[in-house]
Amino acid sequence: MASNAAAAATAERPNYLNVSHGLKSWLGTSDHKRIGVMYLYSILAAFCLGGLLALGIRLELFHTGRTIVDEKTYNQMFTLHGIIMIFLFIIPSIPAALGNFFLPIMIGAKDVAFPRLNLASYYLWIAGAVLTLVAVVTGGIDTGWTFYTPQSIRQDSSVIWMGLGIFILGFSSIFTGLNFLVTMHKLRIKGMGWFDMPLFCWAIYGTAMIQILATPVLAITLLLLLAEKLFQVGIFNPALGGDPVLFQHFFWFYSHPAVYIMILPGMGIISETITTYSRRHIFGYRFITFSSIAIAVLGFLVWGHHMFVTAESEFSSMIFSFLTFFVAIPSAIKIFNWTATLYKGSIVLTTSMLYSLAFIFLFSIGGLTGMFLGALSVDIHLHDTYFVVAHFHYVMMGGTVMAFLAGLYHWRPKMTGRMYPETPSRIAAVLVFIGFNVTFLTQFVLGSKGMPRRYYDYLEQFQPLNQMSTVGSWILGLGFLIAFSSLIWSLKNGRKADRNPWGSAGMEWRTATPPPLENFEGEPVFEYGPYDYEIMYAKKERQGE
Amino acid sequence: MNELGTLQLPPQASTIAGDVDSLYYFIFWGCMAFFVLIVALCAFFVMKYRRRSEDEIGSGPSHNTPLEVTWTVVPLVLVMVVFFWGFRSYMEMHTAPAGALEYYVTGKQWLWQVNHPTGAVEVNNMYVPVDEPVKVILQSEDVIHSFYVPAFRVKMDAYPNQYTTLWFEATRTGDYDLFCAEYCGEQHSQMKGKVHVLSRKDYDAWVASTSGPKEGEDLTVWGEKMYTKNACVTCHSLDGSKRTGPTFKGIWGTDVTLSDGTTVVVDENYVRSSILDPHGRSSPATRRSCRPSPGS
Repeated sequence: MASNAAAAATAERPNYLNVSHGLKSWLGTSDHKRIGVMYLYSILAAFCLGGLLALGIRLELFHTGRTIVDEKTYNQMFTLHGIIMIFLFIIPSIPAALGNFFLPIMIGAKDVAFPRLNLASYYLWIAGAVLTLVAVVTGGIDTGWTFYTPQSIRQDSSVIWMGLGIFILGFSSIFTGLNFLVTMHKLRIKGMGWFDMPLFCWAIYGTAMIQILATPVLAITLLLLLAEKLFQVGIFNPALGGDPVLFQHFFWFYSHPAVYIMILPGMGIISETITTYSRRHIFGYRFITFSSIAIAVLGFLVWGHHMFVTAESEFSSMIFSFLTFFVAIPSAIKIFNWTATLYKGSIVLTTSMLYSLAFIFLFSIGGLTGMFLGALSVDIHLHDTYFVVAHFHYVMMGGTVMAFLAGLYHWRPKMTGRMYPETPSRIAAVLVFIGFNVTFLTQFVLGSKGMPRRYYDYLEQFQPLNQMSTVGSWILGLGFLIAFSSLIWSLKNGRKADRNPWGSAGMEWRTATPPPLENFEGEPVFEYGPYDYEIMYAKKERQGE
Repeated sequence: MNELGTLQLPPQASTIAGDVDSLYYFIFWGCMAFFVLIVALCAFFVMKYRRRSEDEIGSGPSHNTPLEVTWTVVPLVLVMVVFFWGFRSYMEMHTAPAGALEYYVTGKQWLWQVNHPTGAVEVNNMYVPVDEPVKVILQSEDVIHSFYVPAFRVKMDAYPNQYTTLWFEATRTGDYDLFCAEYCGEQHSQMKGKVHVLSRKDYDAWVASTSGPKEGEDLTVWGEKMYTKNACVTCHSLDGSKRTGPTFKGIWGTDVTLSDGTTVVVDENYVRSSILDPHGRSSPATRRSCRPSPGS
């Protein structure tokens, strides 16, 4: 009873949501929390679009031959699915939506270092999204998201629109990374040293390093591709004396580190949720921190493992394979550390915890299957087959998307002031987990049995597994439908949330729900670290809470 | 290893396949061991340490450096084993034995043209003798393609600006799938064929049979062999259905309008020039190049 009254009083206080109203106050805001919310809705819209394309792809693959669309349309569908999911959804997702909202609060700051640059990043995302739509409407592209030459040079002008769109999205990513780095260097609350920061912040730090250093290479690559198409400069087009393999080197030099941009923030979330829902200190804080930095650095040195069956030299392939095995080790260390964090914890299975445990299960499979692909002789058989498709969906979806959902459910009460309904959310989580495995586990077998990827049609012998995979996609889709419906429904109808519904030790839980405009009431004070449950609960006991 | 392979892998039909598969299973069981360990531990901890009261907190250790070092070093050693094994096999796969039979294969949208060492040219079909090393010299005429035979565990990209090579030695007679494994446009998934591994006797018989129509053989029979073998039917249907090129059904003797506006009859000369020079006199319906195999 008393907590309900307290919650009601909290909700009526001025907070970042009710402090001003109207479209202009949102579109012109410099408040990192509002920007985070706008990003959240935008990337989720992109996810839904990409997801519908995925369902379409799987439906086409239910039967051999034509099922619902022709070849050209199918090729455009998988190209667009990749581009939307990678550039419009997954790369911005955790940093721009959840990172924007919570990074400053977690370090006791009022906002990011450059609030207006933050808004600019968001508008760059919008511009990139619009150009992507223009590319679709002006004929679409069917090169695959990797734009390999000469195929992409032979395409019509929509490659130009798409290239420009992605070029602009790259700057959105670079500015966000820059903003976060400076924020962490300059705006940490007094008393919070580097090794007192939450691990989510460290993860964002590693991500920002990659965003700033790698994305410019993508930008240059895209400009060179456009120069090739428009001015025939002869860099990638073999008919003009160019080298198509050079394009692949440039492209993967960014796109491999990009996958660490995708996974590191997710790993950061898992460190927050596993500790909260086990209510204990993280195991191996320093090892996890250094492993994030190791992944960021080593991730720049392995791009050639995407090119083992090209004309890449044997010597280069050997080096890339060798280093690929090294970059796997820090990720393994994190998995072991999170498992050890469960030891002697005090565990509750909230929706967020279910997604976090799903992450450990699914990311382990994704990471371990990377071992097959890093081994030179085995990769020759598996490259460009469905094995690769399964591998990257396990790490990107089974990894990042599960972590994103874990973070969303974890932090949603703080963001909106409302709880979500636990039961339908848990059901949705189970459906997502089952549907995901049915969809993608089958694809490992399809690949190792020899089915290449990006195939509109396939041999009869591959049909049973393809059908199973498609049915899995329906279960997955149903899970997401239930999850999103209940999240939207509870925006208005959910139970009002307490200040700290999970009893978590992070700084973001010490402020009001939802937070006030300047994040804290009065000046925040650093009292204990984000995982110091013993100190926090001893204090609670002394204060008789 | 039977005709269908195992649950995860195709049949082994080359000298290197056994080694590749052994490494595959080594990785598989190693990963399985770690995976089962992690999942079992997580499941056990979640069940054993469920929260029992509202304000209960966890109490486990926050670090253990010897443990951390152990679970860093042990996986590192294991992956290094995998690396060396994979590298050694890969070098073997990249070193063709001297005296291997040389096949020149050209990928083009969307078929494989195979120039055999006997001089015979086939489309989407490759005939090799069993138990003899075969070297494939690859190129492309347009975009990047990739020559992939799952049963041999070999794959190599084909480029328009340089040759690449791969080699294999087939160990079992049979017909094995050949796929294009690098996305190359609209009909990428149709760019498939078969590698026919023949006993010495059968291979010699095949060589003899590909030098031309036999005496007295009906030319329409020979023609049917040609347009099937050269994969004309990929783009030109026989039953009237629309594909990339015009259907063959019923066009003989009819009028077609060319791109310059003139009209011609579909006769022997029209067919001949459409095959040899498809862009020169093609009707407006045919913008895409017809890609038959020369020398047929």
